[in-house]
Amino acid sequence: MSGQSAQQPSASPAAPASASAPPDAPVLRLESLTRVHGSGATEVHALRGIDLDVRPGELVAVMGPSGSGKSTLLTIAGGLDLPTSGRVIVEGTDLTTATRKEIAALRRRSIGYVFQDYNLIPALTAAENVALPRELDGIGARKARREALAALEETGLAELADRFPDEMSGGQQQRVAIARALVGDRRLVLADEPTGALDSETGDTVLALLRSRCDAGAAGILVTHEPRFAAWADRVVFLRDGSVVDMTLRSSAESLLTGGAAQ
Amino acid sequence: MSIRHGLLALLERGPRYGFQLRTEFESRTGSTWPLNVGQVYTTLSRLERDGLVVPAGEDDAGHALYAITEGGRDELRQWFASPVDRANPPRNELAIKLAMAVGSPDVDVRAVIQAQRVHTIRAMQDYTRLKGQALEAAAGEPGTPDRDDVAWQLVLDQLIFQAEAEARWLDHCETRLVRLNALSPRPEADDAPAPVPADEEAESAAEEDGGLRGALRRTRARR
Repeated sequence: MSGQSAQQPSASPAAPASASAPPDAPVLRLESLTRVHGSGATEVHALRGIDLDVRPGELVAVMGPSGSGKSTLLTIAGGLDLPTSGRVIVEGTDLTTATRKEIAALRRRSIGYVFQDYNLIPALTAAENVALPRELDGIGARKARREALAALEETGLAELADRFPDEMSGGQQQRVAIARALVGDRRLVLADEPTGALDSETGDTVLALLRSRCDAGAAGILVTHEPRFAAWADRVVFLRDGSVVDMTLRSSAESLLTGGAAQ
Repeated sequence: MSIRHGLLALLERGPRYGFQLRTEFESRTGSTWPLNVGQVYTTLSRLERDGLVVPAGEDDAGHALYAITEGGRDELRQWFASPVDRANPPRNELAIKLAMAVGSPDVDVRAVIQAQRVHTIRAMQDYTRLKGQALEAAAGEPGTPDRDDVAWQLVLDQLIFQAEAEARWLDHCETRLVRLNALSPRPEADDAPAPVPADEEAESAAEEDGGLRGALRRTRARR
């Protein structure tokens, strides 16, 4: 999936840079990002100069206490809000200079969202839910369905294709939501507490899927307050009062457990 | 850690020799707690002394075999039936470190917490990566899951849950210390909002001490 989409020229004419971008160029880049809500006495600095790159194949977890700026960061990365200063570059397009129409197109074509409450459309089957973004992309219904079935197959959910959301467990709905977020050429997935409503075992199946989609070439941001789910990420970024205070990189597992364990 | 009972559990499945017990113990627990073969033989001779195992001849290759006795089975049943003792919590260096940091006016407790948090979550990332590999390997093999693989996944989960408990406790400590305004080594007079002045003495004591002691004194003075 990554191989294909990485080589595909961007659909957006506003992104001339991405056609020749190297395969590991960041899918999302945040540069000196700030966001101030309100002004004067009620001014709140939600983000204070965030720099973050997320490359294909990478899952980045964002942690921090409530009010640290996690949600604001995700909202801006997804083009749902604009920063007060700094740049947001998605697939080579700078959202801060793009037109409203370009942002809308990018949001629809390049970015997938996964929410705590799944947000599947209840009147549509799993396959129809996954096909919907492709139909909105303007491809034919039959082709969209074919792609949706392929995406469900790829995520190990083929047997759910004809079920409606209320015929699926929470974990299954969330995995369908991940398949939907990454259908077609989309390779940026923004997940906001995707395990919030799930028990720990089911939460793991959701994270395992998100992890494997990133291993296959997608780029993901996961906002969570659960350390155990954040631990699926390649990097864990700690926010406090709108600033990155720390970051973990994943060390080699071999250094941790010796012997047969690490194989 | 009970090597003793671990070996009894393995011997319950049939007679085994020392090196074999070591190998099986490690594959069941994913080498998380490596055993050396000397420990295995020492433990076996103690088990024999206590009548829980008996020598059971040799196999074709000349390895000395051991078998579990009826007394050994009783001991094992009792082990599985009783909870692991929590009466004496093991000494926890992190808890001691934080307790000391809170009492030391020159230590930035938040920095201590954050350094540990990064370390702990990074360990969780490692365990989780191993777990992801284990789950993927299990998914690739159809049929009944291998018991050693399942056991290894459970051991990994234990490591993850334990690290998670530590991370959550660190979050909790930080939140509480923020509320008590006890995080910075020495609060600067014009930076932090002034505490409710209860009486002058308490306030000047707080300034002298900084940190949690000051905060506690302020709290007490306010009551």
